[in-house]
Amino acid sequence: MAVADPGFDLALAKLTPERIEQVINSVLSQAVAERMKLFLKTCVHCGLCADACHTYLSRNRDPDFAPVAKVRDTLGVMLKKKGRVSPEFMKNAARVAFIECGGCRRCSMYCPFGIDIATMIMTIRRICSLLGMVPQFIQDTTNSHSATSNQMWVQPDDWIDTVMWQEEDAQLEVAGLRIPLDKEGAEVMYSVIAPEPKVMAQLIANIAVLMTVAKVDWTMPSADGWDNSNMAMFSGDLEIMGRIEREHWERALELRVGKMVMGECGHAYRGAVYDGPKWLGWQGPPLPMVHAVELYYDLLREGRIEITDKLTEPVTIQDPCNIVRGRGLHEKLRYVVHALCDNVVEMDPKFEHNYCCAAGGGIINCGAPWKMARLKSIKIKATQLKKTGASLCITPCHNCHHGVVDIIGHYHIDMRTSFLIELIVKQMKIPEGLGV
Amino acid sequence: MSTMVNFVSGPLVWIALVTFVVGTVVRIVLMIRTIKLDKTVLPAMTVKHSLRSIFFWTLPYGSRSMRTRPFFSGLSYLFHLCLLALPLTVMGHAVLWQQAWGIRWWSLPSGVADVMTAVVIFAGGIFLLRRIMSPEVRNVNTWRDYVILVIVLLPFVTGFIAYHQWLDYRTIIILHMVSGAVWLMAIPFTWLQHMFMFFFSRAYMGSEFGAVRNARDW
Ligand code: HEM
Ligand code: HEM
Ligand code: SF4
Ligand code: SF4
Repeated sequence: MAVADPGFDLALAKLTPERIEQVINSVLSQAVAERMKLFLKTCVHCGLCADACHTYLSRNRDPDFAPVAKVRDTLGVMLKKKGRVSPEFMKNAARVAFIECGGCRRCSMYCPFGIDIATMIMTIRRICSLLGMVPQFIQDTTNSHSATSNQMWVQPDDWIDTVMWQEEDAQLEVAGLRIPLDKEGAEVMYSVIAPEPKVMAQLIANIAVLMTVAKVDWTMPSADGWDNSNMAMFSGDLEIMGRIEREHWERALELRVGKMVMGECGHAYRGAVYDGPKWLGWQGPPLPMVHAVELYYDLLREGRIEITDKLTEPVTIQDPCNIVRGRGLHEKLRYVVHALCDNVVEMDPKFEHNYCCAAGGGIINCGAPWKMARLKSIKIKATQLKKTGASLCITPCHNCHHGVVDIIGHYHIDMRTSFLIELIVKQMKIPEGLGV
Repeated sequence: MSTMVNFVSGPLVWIALVTFVVGTVVRIVLMIRTIKLDKTVLPAMTVKHSLRSIFFWTLPYGSRSMRTRPFFSGLSYLFHLCLLALPLTVMGHAVLWQQAWGIRWWSLPSGVADVMTAVVIFAGGIFLLRRIMSPEVRNVNTWRDYVILVIVLLPFVTGFIAYHQWLDYRTIIILHMVSGAVWLMAIPFTWLQHMFMFFFSRAYMGSEFGAVRNARDW
């Protein structure tokens, strides 16, 4: 079924075969593409990667959704035809690359050669971005990054205003609480993704409560760079991707903080630790970088917060690709969840082998036109969720969170979702003297 | 006929061996040059994580991927074991080497080698069927893939027939030697290069997962 997306359709009208050929060949002559060609030569066409991919499994094992087939139909053809492909071909390749693969890298764990399908798909997105053939919604977030340096057109005064508003809200929990903006030399710079001030502001109050109770010396920047999300990384606009990450890190360096702590988001983490530094030619992040899950883990281990209430309902855990397959945080995540919940029912498979939520990798950001395609491609997660029988799914990642919310809505699963921080602030002890 | 036999058991073997060795070396050199083009790859690789990945992916049932399909993985393991061991340890080959260079070489009892040859042929047959019957595999296979599989199997089929002296021995042994030569020469030029690429791609992915991202890849 054809989906109307102005990002594709307007580009289709403008693209010429010459332009396509030129862009494809300029991208594919670069080092990354050379590496991809090596992988393609190694592939024995055994199809073992098919069973790894949620889109293939969810779409009644339609062979065209197997990772190897997706690459063959896109990058494979571009290489074979040396870039001489039609605008229609590019439109289909863009659909596959943006909607039917989120770069979750699960297939690389099932291919006996570890062939890097995700990087190949991201290479196609790069080509699409240079051709201006990007789904409209995600292109809009990239434009927002370019103009405002955050993902959701949040204006500078809006950001500060929201922080102050959340400070007031948090004061209802903890007396005299402050959210220290621009505190030089703080131990921790905390960063959020732009949807937090835009639509989920209470998460900012929550983290403020946690930081205050745990007596963490923390700060947030008031200036651009406070947003750690990076949709340009997924739309293929690597120039903007790099700019965003540099700004993010520059804020931390200016504030001379000891480390950066990233809220519960997976892709933001990936951008700040891997993709950003790599593009910028840095060896790695300039400061230690800690995901919220690691912060909670440390605070619990060190006894800086005390959990007094534990959930007794059955709870399951969504392992986000970018912090589990991409960082190995699953054990720490378990530690935190078990501190909060008595009855944890694991998904099968779990840890690095968990299925992606099909929202990450920029897919959910491709917006409304593609929502049904996305939900169709993630039926397997619905089955997996149902099988746990849990009434709550913990999702320590914004994309997973929205992805799972959509899945349980669409497939009528009796389940809620929650970030860890929401549980922590509800279930931890507010010490005497801090309470109101 | 005997000049034919002389050619296929003499110069052709040399041509095949040289093509195989030179082709493989050139492939590896080109690959390393390609990898160096991207300055971020080599610094991110570690010996520990490379070996860890290779270890779990060569260990029988070492990865979850293999465990999810026990029959195929077991068969593939036996297939590769026999396939790699046979050319070096078949009695018929040892005899030829001794004649040619006077090298004495350990060789398998011919009954065992015969069974192993049958295993390779059987497994190869299953792989061929799987490639034809499984929609997700058929979808990405072209005539090239089937030809490659046939090239892989032919020396075993002809060697097997020769050993049992079924058809005309001379014809079969010539076919065997020719198909054996093609077998060797095909390795660097088709996806049979996975024979050595396996170790590099695993090292790369093992490091990507292990060293860079602190996760397991098996
Ligand atoms: C290229 C030069 C080759 C020559 C001159 C050669 C020669 C021979 C000879 C003389 C035999 C003994 C047949 C008998 O017992 O009467 C034999 C058997 C065999 N050869 Fe080769 N061969 C060559 C390549 C290969 C290759 C590349 C492979 C495998 C990939 C191979 C696999 C076998 C096997 C498996 C047998 C034994 C079959 C059985 O015992 O059932 N040969 N070969
Ligand atoms: C050390 C050397 C080698 C290693 C580590 C290796 C590894 C692998 C792996 C991991 C696969 C993937 C799928 C599976 O498990 O079947 C595979 C498939 C295959 N290999 Fe090898 N291989 C080696 C040498 C060879 C050689 C020398 C040949 C033949 C010339 C060969 C022929 C094949 C074939 C035909 C398949 C496809 C099986 C199918 O249809 O699925 N391999 N190999
Ligand atoms: S969605 Fe994940 S498993 Fe599927 S092809 Fe993309 S990276 Fe591979
Ligand atoms: S599992 Fe790996 S080698 Fe097999 S078809 Fe998929 S990408 Fe190719």
